[in-house]
Amino acid sequence: MLGLVALALTGCGESAWNTPYLAADAQATVYYSSFAERPKHLDPARSYSADEYAFLAQIYEPPLQYHFLLRPYRLVPLSAAAVPEPRYLDAAGQSLPNDAPVAAIAYSDYVIHVQPGIQFQPHPALARTDDGHYRYHTLHSDDLAAIQRLTDFTATGTRELTAADFVYQIKRLAAPWTHSPIAGLLREHIDGFADLADQLAAYHAQPALERIAALRQAPISGVKVIDNHTFSIRLKGKYPQFLYWLAMPFFAPMPWEADVFYAQPGLTERNITLDWYPIGTGPYQLTENDPNRRLVLERNPYFHGERYPSDGMPDDQTSGILADAGQPLPFIDRAIYSLEKEDIPRWTKFLQGYYDASGIASDAFDQAIQIDAAGESMLTEQMRERGISLLTSVEPSIYYLGFNMLDPVIGGDSERARLLRRAISIAVDFEEFISIFSNGRGLIAQSPLPPGIFGHRDGEAGINPFVYEWRAGRPERRRLEEAQVLMEQAGYPNGIDSATGQALSLNYEAVATGPDDRARLNWLRKQFAKLGIELVIRSTDYNRFQEKIRTGTGQLFMWGWNADYPDPENFLFLLYGPNAKVKHQGENAANYSNPEFDRLFDTMKYLEDGPERQAVIDRLVEIARRDAPWIWGFHPKSFSLHHRWLLNAHPNQMANNTLKYRRLDPAQRQAAQRDWNPPILWPVWAIGGICVLCVLPAWWMVRRRERSTAL
Amino acid sequence: MIAYIVRRLLYAIPILIGVNLLTFVLFFVVNSPDDMARMHLGEKRVTTEAIQNWKAERGYDRPLLYNAEADGIARVTETIVFQKSIKLFVFHFGSSDAGRDIGYDISQRMWPSLAIALPVLVIGLVFNISYALLIVFFRATYLDWGSVVLLVAMMSISGLFYIIGGQFLIGKLWHLVPISGYDPGLNAWKFLILPVMIGVISGIGAGTRWYRTLFLEEISRDYVRTARAKGLSEQVVLFRHVLRNALIPILTGVVVVLPLLFMGSLITESFFGIPGLGSYTIDAISNQDFAIVRAMVFLGAVLYIIGLILTDISYTLVDPRVRLG
Repeated sequence: MLGLVALALTGCGESAWNTPYLAADAQATVYYSSFAERPKHLDPARSYSADEYAFLAQIYEPPLQYHFLLRPYRLVPLSAAAVPEPRYLDAAGQSLPNDAPVAAIAYSDYVIHVQPGIQFQPHPALARTDDGHYRYHTLHSDDLAAIQRLTDFTATGTRELTAADFVYQIKRLAAPWTHSPIAGLLREHIDGFADLADQLAAYHAQPALERIAALRQAPISGVKVIDNHTFSIRLKGKYPQFLYWLAMPFFAPMPWEADVFYAQPGLTERNITLDWYPIGTGPYQLTENDPNRRLVLERNPYFHGERYPSDGMPDDQTSGILADAGQPLPFIDRAIYSLEKEDIPRWTKFLQGYYDASGIASDAFDQAIQIDAAGESMLTEQMRERGISLLTSVEPSIYYLGFNMLDPVIGGDSERARLLRRAISIAVDFEEFISIFSNGRGLIAQSPLPPGIFGHRDGEAGINPFVYEWRAGRPERRRLEEAQVLMEQAGYPNGIDSATGQALSLNYEAVATGPDDRARLNWLRKQFAKLGIELVIRSTDYNRFQEKIRTGTGQLFMWGWNADYPDPENFLFLLYGPNAKVKHQGENAANYSNPEFDRLFDTMKYLEDGPERQAVIDRLVEIARRDAPWIWGFHPKSFSLHHRWLLNAHPNQMANNTLKYRRLDPAQRQAAQRDWNPPILWPVWAIGGICVLCVLPAWWMVRRRERSTAL
Repeated sequence: MIAYIVRRLLYAIPILIGVNLLTFVLFFVVNSPDDMARMHLGEKRVTTEAIQNWKAERGYDRPLLYNAEADGIARVTETIVFQKSIKLFVFHFGSSDAGRDIGYDISQRMWPSLAIALPVLVIGLVFNISYALLIVFFRATYLDWGSVVLLVAMMSISGLFYIIGGQFLIGKLWHLVPISGYDPGLNAWKFLILPVMIGVISGIGAGTRWYRTLFLEEISRDYVRTARAKGLSEQVVLFRHVLRNALIPILTGVVVVLPLLFMGSLITESFFGIPGLGSYTIDAISNQDFAIVRAMVFLGAVLYIIGLILTDISYTLVDPRVRLG
């Protein structure tokens, strides 16, 4: 009955019956996608996750961005007029040549010119009255009576982006109440940042508006407005990687008016905060933020304009990705991201044509991908028939199995421990791991550096000779017998400690929650058993696991790193001694420390990409491979599927602001949705018929009983 | 009756204090304030100073249960447990640890949950009672045995199977309704059909069997025999006499869940993309957001107590013999 009522109602309209969208949007250039986890933060000073950048990067415009097509990744201007060149100064403030020794450089000055004419998106914080005052900066409780969300403010305004907005945002990063995750890092690098942070700490407990007033007035010695469209940042010493930070949302400009507006009493209680309603200059503005249902981005009417890139890699000339070269951006008017917590409905809606692009969940992998004879991934016939295309790329990330170098058995600089770590590195077959647990979506790591990062070497020159050998044109894992020989040399023949006669037992720290984890842990146990080592799984919750890593009480653990920027420094610093987790609360979770490595790292991080830097990186990698503080694990490969009506989809693992390049053919999409989703009604009639057939005999029996007599 | 209600409400106070303390202890056994700060601040580049700032801003820098450094009553009041609990008793839920107003979130998310739960309850109730009465009418026939077998089979199937099976058949294979999603207002209906239908169907097995048992117990009573002896038709006997007298146990099951309806269903809402309250507590637990966890547990306890009081009151309405004293 319910089904029949529903069907009668659903039959109205021209769109497919099962479309989750409004019929009016069928012909519009609306991009449909999904998200599985709601973004925690949309304040660019706080946000530090790829899930959040998927939205933020379309809204905010930091000074720089990554070129969409060129590889290796290259920085190009976004809201800045040009990529700034550093000017080096000595302690007396005198200019130094670019090739001055690092020790002589006391400061690096970056002067950034902001493109003139950039406007902020329409926002109530910038709305003014006829006499020029800010309309919503002195709100009273009566004014808020009818306000539930930001769009309830009827008036909006805009103004031109100025250098002061960038300076204000940098000051926000220093404010303790902003809780910026990179405040600690910037204390070390930006001149005056630490002083400002210490000064602002006194205002932490003050009311929000007073804090903001203090923030606006407080100077920061190293960051200055030079003129309306120029500002400078002074760094302590030399820090070439700083340019990459200028391409992250942390450095996106923020109008002070937004902070004042959101700080007013009554707005936080209505969940109207900067962390929820961004204000940027980018191609899109967030017009709906219901992260429990959907987020909607719409074209920013004041967007300053940008053109599709005209230069790319040689392959791009023939692939068609440059067909829109020189066209004004963005192409898409609206993007709707729906919350899909479960893989099954997300995948089904992609196959029905209701999402324009999709990743591939493990359960759906075999339906989408097949592996050819050469081991290459390709789409299945079903996907190809629908015109779906596959894009793959290696992520700038690494998953590794770390040895705690502070552990007396598995860690340390002794030859015995080193040989033991190398033997285990051979025995743990990560090719098998990728095949079983990642559907083959990974590339074996030969060093900490993934492909696409300067310093990575391909081919025979790039293999880790302690674990692989080059055979028949490809790397092959060394035989288990070699690992067993290493075990003997280390004093553990067949996994027995020759000193004590006891079997070697190691502890693996794990965060295990489900059956998948159990399978993975069993696999890991078997890898160690190959060498006669008993692996004891110490499963715990995530908090305790982190605590063990912080205090260095674990022995073995699995960990990962996703690059902030495409520079070898951002990977090799994971093995840098002064960055050790236990001693310095850094990101070196293995607590690896090698004086030669640290010295070379200090040299490498200041060098320009080139042969000299490559030579230093080669040496760094060689030391790390020899000491084997990690089993290098693998670099994950991302697989994404795109429907034929979604154009200009191109893998770019560093840029998050790629929505503006994408183009849609809504007519083609609508036709496909209709073709792929014809309503099938016969089962409804069949079920209805069965129900009638069931009820009829009952009704007949009731009638018979009523008419029958007692005797 | 008023004295009874007041007494029950007074009983509720120690229960709520106990529930709140238990939630507090269980939460902080697993998560320390430092863990919570790390979870909220992210995993990369978090400094000790940032953790201290986060804790101080949200009052998690105080001792958990007893403040030995304070004097007098402040030893108890200047603690996390007191500061975080006291406002709950005036239903001031405050902000989540992520900074959002909990009361506002609840008020926004309860409606989609209710939009599923209420039709499922009403349609399910009507269907299950009707079906149970039908079975009772045909008791000891093949229809009765067949139905019992069918109902036991339906009870034995996991709720998740109904959801996945329903999405597969109706959304994916037959293309009749959206497989998931939600629109506010009147546009919600096409997203609600499938979850409501699945909610009703998945409840038929247990619900109908329970009502069948109740009706069978009633139908063997003397007043039923008397009614039949008076020459009343079987429909009148069942609907006017048996159903009315079986209402007390039915009400026990129904009224007690009424206030809890808006709390939603985690699995249903996750699979159908319904922006309800079902996942609010679970998400808060995984995000280590104590403010939401304590608010939702407290609210759940309050609603359950209200449900029990309503059940007692409803007894007096359906059975004149019951007096609340």
